[in-house]
Amino acid sequence: MNIDWYLVVSALIFSIGAAGVLTRRNPLVVLLCLELMLNAANIALIAFARMWNNGDGQIFAIIVMVVAACEVCIGLGLVVALYRRRLPIDVDEIRELHG
Amino acid sequence: MAEVFFFIAGIGAVCGAVGVVMVRNPFYSVLALVFHLLSLAALFLLLQAQFVAAAQVVVYAGAVMVLYVFVVAYVGGSNPAQLRAPVGRGQQVIAVLFGLALFVELAIAILGSGLKALSTDGPTVSSTFGSPENIGQLLLTTFLLPFEIASFLLLIAAVGAVVLARRRGGIGADEADRVAVMDFRLPPDIGTMAEAVGGRSTREPLELGSGGGESTRTDRPEGGW
Repeated sequence: MNIDWYLVVSALIFSIGAAGVLTRRNPLVVLLCLELMLNAANIALIAFARMWNNGDGQIFAIIVMVVAACEVCIGLGLVVALYRRRLPIDVDEIRELHG
Repeated sequence: MAEVFFFIAGIGAVCGAVGVVMVRNPFYSVLALVFHLLSLAALFLLLQAQFVAAAQVVVYAGAVMVLYVFVVAYVGGSNPAQLRAPVGRGQQVIAVLFGLALFVELAIAILGSGLKALSTDGPTVSSTFGSPENIGQLLLTTFLLPFEIASFLLLIAAVGAVVLARRRGGIGADEADRVAVMDFRLPPDIGTMAEAVGGRSTREPLELGSGGGESTRTDRPEGGW
């Protein structure tokens, strides 16, 4: 399969993720759409690693997965904190970050 | 044959992504993302990235998604009282147009690229490419510093999540009858030789449960922990 095709799939998933971040209001779904965008970047990285026959891209993809896991961890912690404080679970309502 | 697998996995990944965005209930969004991640793992396998594919299935589709499912279940994302209607028509149209424009731009960048290697299947790689040995070798030699920084980042994120999601304000009045671990603590000389030879009689008699209830709870900090 040509490397082009993988990059087109990656671009498609990235665009869907970006549109999802803009349309959804629930912070959980916004986090899921961010995951989509990071995964699209991962496909591109791994496709390029295959293209140049070089393992560095795969290491980069693993590090991206680690960063995505950290982001999910903090994001879900924020959602739980919002829920505990009886704040609306809605990204349009949450405009201030002070304690 | 690789083409067939590519199209199956690619269509699955794109459909999963569309499902994440379109489905109303966040719980089903998470399930769509699991499907998407499994399809992506198949794509990674087609690109000779066996270790990354396995990590994707185990860590991402397994552990991270379980975390999501727990939080969605805890917050109750399907509760219609907490979720307002989705954004207005105008913002939806603008977002879809933005996504389309982004895709067209990326497609132009891919197809108009001068890289000749893009239109090939890639070079023939050795069978150890992307294997755990290869990845481990790279991670512990060339990329040792990023590896260590990533591990520190995970530690910081774990501590940060605990701090963010902790209970503030201590135990409420409605939870006063909750059983604490320290209620089950045995008196200090249980299980020692002093008990066996009857040394217990010199001390006050054992009263099971005497330390329970409110008395053990008073030494806790005011603001919770």
